[in-house]
Amino acid sequence: MVGLVIVSHSRMLAEGVVELAYEMADKALHIIPAGGLEDGSIGTDALRIMEALLVADTGDGVLVLGDMGSSILSTQIAIDLLEDEALKQRVKISHASLVEGAIIAAIQASIGDPLDEVFNATLQVSSFSKL
Amino acid sequence: MDSLVYATIKKITEKIEQNKDFLTDLDREIGDGDHGINMTRGFTAVLTKISLDDDLDISSTLKKVGMTLLSTVGGASGPLYGSAFLKASAALKDITTLTAPVLGKILTASLTGIKERGKAVKGDKTMVDALEPACDAFVFALSQNASCLECMDQAIAAAKLGVEYTKSIAAKKGRASYLGARSIGHQDPGATSVLIILEAIREVINRKG
Repeated sequence: MVGLVIVSHSRMLAEGVVELAYEMADKALHIIPAGGLEDGSIGTDALRIMEALLVADTGDGVLVLGDMGSSILSTQIAIDLLEDEALKQRVKISHASLVEGAIIAAIQASIGDPLDEVFNATLQVSSFSKL
Repeated sequence: MDSLVYATIKKITEKIEQNKDFLTDLDREIGDGDHGINMTRGFTAVLTKISLDDDLDISSTLKKVGMTLLSTVGGASGPLYGSAFLKASAALKDITTLTAPVLGKILTASLTGIKERGKAVKGDKTMVDALEPACDAFVFALSQNASCLECMDQAIAAAKLGVEYTKSIAAKKGRASYLGARSIGHQDPGATSVLIILEAIREVINRKG
């Protein structure tokens, strides 16, 4: 299954999104939070994100969802820092809204969709109804 | 480690710390109010990770600085300054002495790193508005056979104009871009920290004489 990494400036927000996404996901799915800095401060940490990518990948690739700004910049660096060239090629960053994107990605990844399809599904979330 | 490189990093940290509240106040006006705090946290962490006794060449030192900034700054300036130092590190393989042409290489590579990562161009109200003119001025002065200190003076004069220019424009990148035209009239914190770093470099070169 495609793994997911949830990047947020806030550790609690990242962990909360993971908790929510598991409600709809196969418990074997890897959904890894990478929020905040090591000391708990608000911010994003490219090295924490890189470690999360390594944990999230089971060979089928990883989709990353971030909150904004540096969550995307730090994820781009985390990908650059990966030593495994093959893994680099199977990480994608989705610009979808974080909560809705994480939930739809968890559902699609749980049914075994490949990375490109999980990624495409998250791009549709802005047109989803909240009810 | 090269003592000049170490002294420069130490001076940058000192000046960033001195300007912590100033940078944070600027960022509070148009951003999330943490630039001074973030930069201070990042460079303070750098100083705990490097020591004058380390057996590191200039390239490896800059790499260590960049990697530390990536994981300790927190805001967008972390990946941006981190990329600047990593790009400079990659441009300096096998270089053992910090000279004016080497400093020119560092500035040019830093600018490339920041632009590639942030996709900002001049006029977006970012670090680039200070660093690009500074870099151009430094390289031009160097081509006129100016001394390292004179090159830095030109770079700083250009960066100052760049910082002033950011007051007149609306932000197109980062958190400040959410404010649109309301960001006009405010000086960009990122461009300001670029200027502070350049001034720190100049102080060390000046002291060296």
